[in-house]
Amino acid sequence: MFDNIFGIHESALLLHGQRLGVLANNIANADTPGYKARDIDFSEALAGAGEQSGLALSATEPGHIAIGASEIAPGALKYRNPYQASLDGNTVEMPVEQAAFSENNVRYQASLTFINNQISEMNFVLSGQ
Amino acid sequence: MSLFNVFNISGSALNAQTIRLNTTASNLANAESVDGDPTKVYRARHPVFQTLLDTSDTSADADGAIAGVRVLGVVESTTPASKRYEPNNPLANKDGYVYMSNVNSIEEMTNMISANRSFTTNIDAINTARDLLLKTISMGH
Repeated sequence: MFDNIFGIHESALLLHGQRLGVLANNIANADTPGYKARDIDFSEALAGAGEQSGLALSATEPGHIAIGASEIAPGALKYRNPYQASLDGNTVEMPVEQAAFSENNVRYQASLTFINNQISEMNFVLSGQ
Repeated sequence: MSLFNVFNISGSALNAQTIRLNTTASNLANAESVDGDPTKVYRARHPVFQTLLDTSDTSADADGAIAGVRVLGVVESTTPASKRYEPNNPLANKDGYVYMSNVNSIEEMTNMISANRSFTTNIDAINTARDLLLKTISMGH
């Protein structure tokens, strides 16, 4: 019953966290010649995460730790198409990155709020009042 | 790649931008330096940025192994030093000429503004990641 209590928000929270790292990387390399800005194709990554959660990884050694949807699905990390690439080959466009960064921030907090509401709902039900 | 990586990634960028600000300060401080020998006169220095790759990550999706930025080195500008006739200058050569440093003050000022902006943006990224982590820690309260 509690397997899917948070719905898609559990995977979404993880993916938003990873996307924040990818976008922070773009911002960190805004002045690096030749750097190509990247981003996660969100719907594809989320679909991949949904598939992954249904399959358990085979653990061949006792020390192996089971990984859920914490990794970005292969191929979901794409290069961004710049509106206007700079001469040094860098494709980071600061306004685009900042907009994506704050959008991602809001979506992360939205997922977090949904999870929090679900938890307080469950607490309310369990307290039996 | 998790939310904690943002601290390392943006931290490396803060370090790189600090080095850039330091070279700018050094260049501006030496903008009026002169020398009688064109090979010894101060030359403008600029850092070279490179994307830092995390080689410890051997997962199949090695695309995601970028871990910030680093300063590969500091290069000196090759713009020729201009000379000026100042026979009274104690540093002048036997013909009475001194060589000026090749620092371009306007270029340095724009560089400083750009470094300042990048530094602030990376601080913002760190603050955002910190806020999100703190909110995640208090999940369910």
